[in-house]
Amino acid sequence: MADAIVAARWQFAFTIMFHYLFPVLTMGLGVLIAVLKTLELRTRDPAYGIAARFWARIFAITFATGVVTGIPMEFQFGTNWAAFSHLAGPVVGQTLFMEGVFAFFAESSFLGVFLFAEKRVSRGLHWLSSIMVALGAVVSGFFIVATNAWMQHPVGYRMNGGRAELTSLWQLVSNPYARWQYPHVISGSLIVASMVMAGIGSYYLLSRRHEASGRLFVRVGVIAGAIFACLSLFPTGSFHGENIARYQPAKMAAMEGLFQSTERAGIAIVGMPDSERRELMDPIVVPGALSYLVYGDFRARVVGLNDIPADQQPPVEIVYYAYHIMVGLGTIFIAVLVLSALLLWRGRLFQSRGTLWVLMLAVPFPYIANHAGWVVAEVGRQPWVVYGVQRSIEGTSRNVTAGMTYFTLFGFLGLYLVVGLLYLLLFARIVNRGPGDEHEPLGSVGTGAAVAEARS
Amino acid sequence: MINSLWFVVLTVMLAGYAVLDGFDLGVGTIHLLLGRDTRERGTLIDAIGPVWNGNEVWLLAAGGSMVVAFPHLYAASFSGFYLALMLVLWLLLLRGLGIEFRHQIEQDLWRHAWDVTFSVASALLALLFGVAVGNVLHGVPLDASGEFRGTFALLLNPFSILGGLLSVSVLSLHGANWIALKTEGELQARARSAARLLWWPAVALLAAMVAASFVVRPDFTHNFAAHPVLVIAPLVGLLASIAVPYFRTRGDDRGAFLAGATLIAAILASVAAGLYPELLPARAGSAHPALDIYNSASPEGSLRTALWVYLGGIALVAVYLVNIYRVWGGKVRQVYH
Repeated sequence: MADAIVAARWQFAFTIMFHYLFPVLTMGLGVLIAVLKTLELRTRDPAYGIAARFWARIFAITFATGVVTGIPMEFQFGTNWAAFSHLAGPVVGQTLFMEGVFAFFAESSFLGVFLFAEKRVSRGLHWLSSIMVALGAVVSGFFIVATNAWMQHPVGYRMNGGRAELTSLWQLVSNPYARWQYPHVISGSLIVASMVMAGIGSYYLLSRRHEASGRLFVRVGVIAGAIFACLSLFPTGSFHGENIARYQPAKMAAMEGLFQSTERAGIAIVGMPDSERRELMDPIVVPGALSYLVYGDFRARVVGLNDIPADQQPPVEIVYYAYHIMVGLGTIFIAVLVLSALLLWRGRLFQSRGTLWVLMLAVPFPYIANHAGWVVAEVGRQPWVVYGVQRSIEGTSRNVTAGMTYFTLFGFLGLYLVVGLLYLLLFARIVNRGPGDEHEPLGSVGTGAAVAEARS
Repeated sequence: MINSLWFVVLTVMLAGYAVLDGFDLGVGTIHLLLGRDTRERGTLIDAIGPVWNGNEVWLLAAGGSMVVAFPHLYAASFSGFYLALMLVLWLLLLRGLGIEFRHQIEQDLWRHAWDVTFSVASALLALLFGVAVGNVLHGVPLDASGEFRGTFALLLNPFSILGGLLSVSVLSLHGANWIALKTEGELQARARSAARLLWWPAVALLAAMVAASFVVRPDFTHNFAAHPVLVIAPLVGLLASIAVPYFRTRGDDRGAFLAGATLIAAILASVAAGLYPELLPARAGSAHPALDIYNSASPEGSLRTALWVYLGGIALVAVYLVNIYRVWGGKVRQVYH
């Protein structure tokens, strides 16, 4: 039985992390494309339209991959986590269903118009469709975060015959836990999109191809990236941190490697948690910083793992490192992007090849930071699947064996390996072909658009 | 009362999915036969390209309404049909990539690979969905906690395979009707004759399925006898099955497509009318009674809230649906290299 739980955990962790590689880009990229379309409409400068079309192509393959890898997520609740669905379905079903009708339908309907109907509809409607695609992606993210927030901090329900009965839809969608988690997630997604845009732009500038578009990509990417890198730290990151300390002290203690409750609790910049001896090895600590961040008082007492029952503690090492990787990378992003923005302002960025190299090579790291953040959220919630209500080991399907789940896990591993390689291949082709010129047709009919495009 | 309303909602969502994603699954099923070369097959993909994704959202929304209204049904059936469902997920994935990745590289080898993937995955999905409906009608052996383990030996019985074949033939007909509506010239002529031809196996298998249902589920007529008004569903189905060739001979592609859509909706409505209030019947000798709209439902507070959300949501979906099919109305232009 224990094996079945390990298998189900691996399968969910793998499929959700692979899936999230795609929406983490599309949520932010949808917003940036809508910004480009708005600039096009206002300035009538065709360069923005060319950029929007180029990024729409990246968006299209990313969205498609996100859709096909996303369907298994909703269905795994039923296949592998039947007991969780049984208990939590009456609540989390609300947000999952709302995601379908309020986000997916809008997104999929308007995406078709946005990608293929530029010639068929008016400029205004085409602009509107880009706004609706962005809105759909961001709203979809909201319902997923609301679902997750309920698992982190269940509100608006009462237990009724072994099931969670929803008592207030409003409390569910206005969960205080999601209040800063959601902006933090969106902000993280915009860092990904901005840094991908700046990175591709830098690649064009460094290789002296498509330089006009390259400059535009770097400009938009660096400005948006600098803004959202800062917003990820403050206010979204720091206030979400306060919420974690308030609602999930065990997660906070694991994030900081705080084995002993202490006054003037510090933040460890580096250090390796030692779960055996219950201490951080070789730490470099900023004294009092954690107490201040959590309670606004350098002397406040912060709860350590010693004051939390052993059977309610998350695995410290994973949570600690994931958190430190996220924060460490986030700090580097702020440094790199703010510096780049200053160079841009002084008009020296496009000549600074060193900075462009850094921007180009930085592309994978915001993905790592976002995923590390989710590892903190999910592993840090353990041993609970619904915090304080249901343990993860009680949430699985009783009639699905370890053998069945390993079979499907290996199936997903193989299938997603192929999907990932194909995505990278197509991504590289789109980048290699580069943005077209202003006469480039985005196509007017269905997916034959690409045929028309290839001819020109 | 509220439980019954949710039964209706679930039926509407599943019928909506079957009608809408049904035609693009059907197009996929006959894709390799109907399109003679890569160019024609590209036109077939174009005919479903802008709408297939929205159609598939109906499946997600149906899943969402099942979680929220009947969580125990969701938990028991999805974990019970585990391997079959995973197969469905993988096929949906491959099929979606086939549609979306196919046109990314202009090379015959690449496109042919995706054409075959798309077509085989679509045909298998049409088959599996029919097998699933067959098994729901047939019932499963529920254990004491209302769960079961669906091995392929259990799920692939003659009755459910008949359901699978019926699904393949009806959806192929539906897909051919859609292509006849959306294309012109030679491709349209071929789609029309395919639709004429496919009507025969569809009605023959439908008749066989109805006859087999009387054997497998003798109690199935109970609801219809108690509430004769329910007979409307199979009656509409019967009329629609006659209307398909009627519109076809008159060359009315729109009428034929709509009649086919009505037929699919009527089949699902008839199944639902016969099953009510059961959702997943138990086979004889099961340790647990059938999962029905009471023993697998959410608490009433959840059902009530979710119904308001549903009504608001579905109104919005209707607006999108009308507009999206208006934007993409008319014929698909053939794209020449």
